This record gives sequence, structure tokens and C-alpha cells, in this order.
Amino acid sequence: MPELKKEETKAETIKKSALSAFAGSDGAISILVVVLGFVCGTVLIWAVGRDPGNMYASLLQTLTGYDVLRGTWNARYIGEWLTASLPLVLCGLAMGFPARTGLFNIGAEGQYIMGMTVAQFVALYGPKVPGLHWLLALLAGALAGAIWGGVVGWLKGKYQVSEVVATIMLNYVAYYLSRFFTMLIPEANTYKTQNFPKTALLTDPFLDRITNDSRLGIGLWVMLICCVIYWFIIERTKLGFQLRATGFNREAARCSGIKVTRSLTISMAIAGAFAGLAGVVVALGSFNYGRVISSQDGYGFNGIAVALVGNSTAGGTLAAGLLFGMLASAQPLMQSRNIPKEITMIISGLVVVFISLRAGFRMIIEWRERRAAQQKRGERDD
Amino acid sequence: MINIIGMLPSILMIVAPIMIAAIGGMFSERSGVTNIGLEGLMGFGAWAAATTHVLLEGRIAGSVWIGLLMAVAIGMLVSLVHAYASISLNADQTVSGTGINLLATGATVFLDQIIFKQDRTEPFKMGMMPGPGGIYPTAYIALALLFITWFVLYKRPIGLRIRACGEHPAAAASAGVDVRKLRYLAVLVSGALAGLAGGCIVLTETIQYTNMTINGSGFIALAAVSFGRWTPKGVSGASLLFGTAMALSIYMVNIEGLRFLPPEFFNILPYIITLVTLIIFSGKDYTPRADGLPYEKGGS
Repeated sequence: MPELKKEETKAETIKKSALSAFAGSDGAISILVVVLGFVCGTVLIWAVGRDPGNMYASLLQTLTGYDVLRGTWNARYIGEWLTASLPLVLCGLAMGFPARTGLFNIGAEGQYIMGMTVAQFVALYGPKVPGLHWLLALLAGALAGAIWGGVVGWLKGKYQVSEVVATIMLNYVAYYLSRFFTMLIPEANTYKTQNFPKTALLTDPFLDRITNDSRLGIGLWVMLICCVIYWFIIERTKLGFQLRATGFNREAARCSGIKVTRSLTISMAIAGAFAGLAGVVVALGSFNYGRVISSQDGYGFNGIAVALVGNSTAGGTLAAGLLFGMLASAQPLMQSRNIPKEITMIISGLVVVFISLRAGFRMIIEWRERRAAQQKRGERDD
Repeated sequence: MINIIGMLPSILMIVAPIMIAAIGGMFSERSGVTNIGLEGLMGFGAWAAATTHVLLEGRIAGSVWIGLLMAVAIGMLVSLVHAYASISLNADQTVSGTGINLLATGATVFLDQIIFKQDRTEPFKMGMMPGPGGIYPTAYIALALLFITWFVLYKRPIGLRIRACGEHPAAAASAGVDVRKLRYLAVLVSGALAGLAGGCIVLTETIQYTNMTINGSGFIALAAVSFGRWTPKGVSGASLLFGTAMALSIYMVNIEGLRFLPPEFFNILPYIITLVTLIIFSGKDYTPRADGLPYEKGGS
């Protein structure tokens, strides 16, 4: 059909190659998706008659500590931003690690709660030795999360129980167990326990000094070490290779002698340990008393968004966690400047929805390529 | 026992929305699309119902029912996003469902901030009126929907086709079934019912929408779909069981014989039951075979 044949203009070629570049690179898609999320957020704020500038001023203040409107600077905002990012990065790692093994860990929330609860108990009843006390709490929290996650991987491997359903169930089991056991503490009322001893808190005098007494503490180092461990296991070890092989093709992995149930369990246990650490970091870093939670904190669910944007790589998850941490940390500032703080949740939600649509970008490219190929074949046949 | 019979209206009040949402979820999963987003869709529905009702209350008679219609409409609208991502774009169904859940808490409270200048809707004076025996109409709606669903899924050709899409879409397509169209239909039905369920919750159990209104009901409904093994009978039984457990966790203080148990016991029950049954019945797989898998048309 010669009348359908069209000379490709230069502009079209550029557009096509730009689209291919985006569809081909996960990192670029993440950036595009985040930008789209912010554009939608900005339009939404503008549409309801508020000033989007205030949103960006709040975000800038969170990021740099500099208040554009008043011209003042306070390093505490930076510290609070990083503090808010810690659990998000860790829960992102908890989501990303099993994703590399082909599992969808929607249960970081439950693993986080288990880590938090166990850490609170260690903080209240553990040995009050400086240096040892908080370390013990970290290890116990990681272990609790690892068990809570590992069970899911084991059930998946042994009994083919869907990890999505299992983790959702365990999230709520963890939530109610946490409430029940924390309220058993004699001094606890329906929303908090007594204060933790000083030795249990994750404070770091150096970070306190440079961030003007923000809540940022040892959790920062925990998070950074976890990112390195994540990168190392996934990219540099035999275990990581086995896990990734299980993710690519479970049957092929089984045939080449990889114990799939073991892979799944280990993968979920490591993920659970990351989420458990997130729980400890929040419990002993941001609070000085044990909490009887009255709703889920949501870090686990936001961790899903973090891992999706970060493409489940260590560096990407770190960057995405910092981004979402910035959004979370800017909420009070936005509220004080007449921007509904929920806009940050809308932006995170939109980002995830857009990511689910990213397959669409790929399909557009493939469809164009196939049509081009068909046209070429048509020419030959003529 | 007297107490439990006295509690029947309250139990039905809590069971009805869970059953409605679970029926919707079953529709979607039988066609081969998992819907993790039930929780979020219920949130949107609850918000729409509460907002419409508050704004129209006292001005128009029957604003409760207009509210429910709005809930259905917004549920369908939002589920369209899920349908588009998971059916037209073959995206990961869990991701788009999670996106809807995240979006729901943000978007509904954002709209409250704009409309009501607070993080929740204004409380309405009067919710849905209970009928004879203190039983809310939502219970009858749930029952009717259950019967209609059973009839459509098992007695009509379209039901057979929807089930075929969930078991073996390629075979269904070769028999001339438009797999994508039917999956769209099923997801939209699940969105409509989840929205309706959210509306029922807010109009019977509370007086305003807050971001705590749904509080896991959508996930309970999701559990009821798995535990009920994707059949109307099973799903309604599971909803009844889970709803009763939820009701007991709230009202158990009124029952002499149960007071020694912590309320968390009943809260946890539905989740533990689901997990245990999933393990026990793991040998026999009742899941629709193509559930959660995108259907791509075969190469030409």
C-alpha cells in the first residue's frame, strides 16, 4: 500500500529514539515517572486555588534547611529529612530484595512492626549497658523481621502459598500481636509505655551537633551499611546469583541444582531483616517511649513505591527513599503554608500507578517497531 | 446465646460490606485479574458516599442512596485505571493495585481538606436507617448481589465465558470470546462493588469519612476471596465468618463468656484462618489458573 508509506521526518526520528531510550532504561523511566507525579501534584494544587510555589519552597527547606520566604537557615530540617528517609530506604530494600528473586513482598509493614515491637521490649528489659543495649535491640529487631519474612518464603516454596496473600495476612497478625503484647507491659497504657533507658536510644552526639539536635542518629549508619550489604549480596556473591536466578526462572534454577525453597526463604528472611531494622530505627531513633500502635505506620507500603522507583537496586532505592523521605518530611511545612499535606501521598500514589503503566511505554515502542518492520516487508513484497 | 442473637443486626452490618467487596473481588479474580486495590477502592467509595450525603442531607430526600450511587460510580472510575494497566498494558497487577491503595488515602483526605477544610468529611446527622429488626438494608443488598452473582457466573453464558478467561484465556479466545472486554467488565464490576461496600461502611457504621474508616476491610475481603475458594458459596461463608470475628472484636465486652479473651484474638482470627487454610489446601489448587497473569494475544 504505497499511499500509506510516509517519509519519516527528522522530528519523528528524534521522538522515536527518545522514546526508545526511555523505554530501554529503567532509570530514565523512574525519573520520568517521578517528574510526571510532581507535574500532576503541581497542577492539582494550582487547580484547587493554592500556590504550588509554597510546595516547592517547603520541599527546598526540607532539602537544604533554607527558608526562602524568611531567609533563615536551620540544619535541623536536613536531619529530619534524613530521619524520615531511613525507614523508607530500609523498607524499600525489603521490597526490592525479594523482587530480585521474583517475589512481591507486600509484607514489609508486618516485618517492620515485628522489628519495632521486639526492639521496644529489648529497650525496656534488656541489659542497660552503654553501646551493647542498642546493638542488642538492632540485632533482635532484625531477627524478628527475618523470621516474619522468612516464614513467607518458606510457605511459598514448600506449600505454594501466594506470598502476596500471606504477607497481607501477616501484616495484620503482626499489627494486632504488637498491640496485644505491648499493652501487657505493666506500665503501658493504651497508647504508650514508659520511657526507654538512655542506653537503648540510637542517638549520635556527632550527628546531633551538626544537624542542630535533630532526631537523626545511629540509624543513618545502619541504613548506609544495609545499602552496601544489599549491593554486595545481590551483585557480588554466589547467594545473590542464586537468588536472581530463582527470580528469572524458577524451574530453570531448580534444574541447575539451586534449592528453590531455600532461596525463597533466605531472600524473604533478608528482606524481613531490613524491614525489621527499619522498625528498630524508628522505635529507638524517633521515639523515646514504646508505642502501642493504633494504625500501621505505612512505611512498609511506601517502601513498595520506593523499591519500584529505585528499580530494586541499592543505589536507586537509596535515591528513591531520600525522595519519598523528603515528601514525608515536608508535610508539616506544607500544611503550615496552606498546602494540604496529603498532596505528598497523592504524588507517591501516582508514581506507583504510573510505574504500573510503564509497560505501556514499551508497548508503544514495540508496536511502532513492528509496524515499521511490516511496512518494510510490504515494500519488499511490492 | 441471647446476646449473640441480639448482636445479629450489628454482625450483619459489618458482614454486608465485606461480602459485597469480596463478591466484587471474586468477579475480578475469576476473570483472571487480581485486585489488591479493593482496600483503596473502598476508601474512594466511602469518601464519595459520605461527601455526597453530607452535602445533600436535608436538601434532597434519599441522599443516602445518591451517595451510594456516587460510591459505585467512583469505584468504577478508579478501577478503570487498574483495568487499563493490567489488561490493556499487561502491567503487573499487584503494582497497579498497590498504587490505587496508596492513592486512596492521599486523594480522599486531600479532597476533604479542599471541601471541608479538615482531614475528614463533616459528620452527617443521620446515616442509613435500619429496617425491621434493626437490620440495615445493606444486608439485603449483599444477599441480592450474592444471588445475582451466582446466577450470572454459573447460569448465564457470560458467566461461563468470564470463568473461562480466568482459567485459560487462550482457549476462551479461540472459542470466540473477547478476553480483554470480559476482563474489563469484571474489573469494573469489582470496582463498582468495592465502591458500594465502602459506601455501606461509612453510611452504616460511622458518621463521617476519615482515613481510618476502611481500616483493613478491603484486605479482609481479599482474604475472604481466597478462603472462600473463589466460589459464591465459599466467599459468602468466609465473609460471614470474618465479619462475625470483626464484630466480636468490637462487641465482645458485652458477652459474659468471652470477656476473658483479648479483643485482638478476634481481630487476628480471620488472617490466621486464611493462612492456615491456604497451607492445608495447598495440594489442591483452587485458584483460577490464569489469575494474575496478563493475557497477550498470540503472535500473528
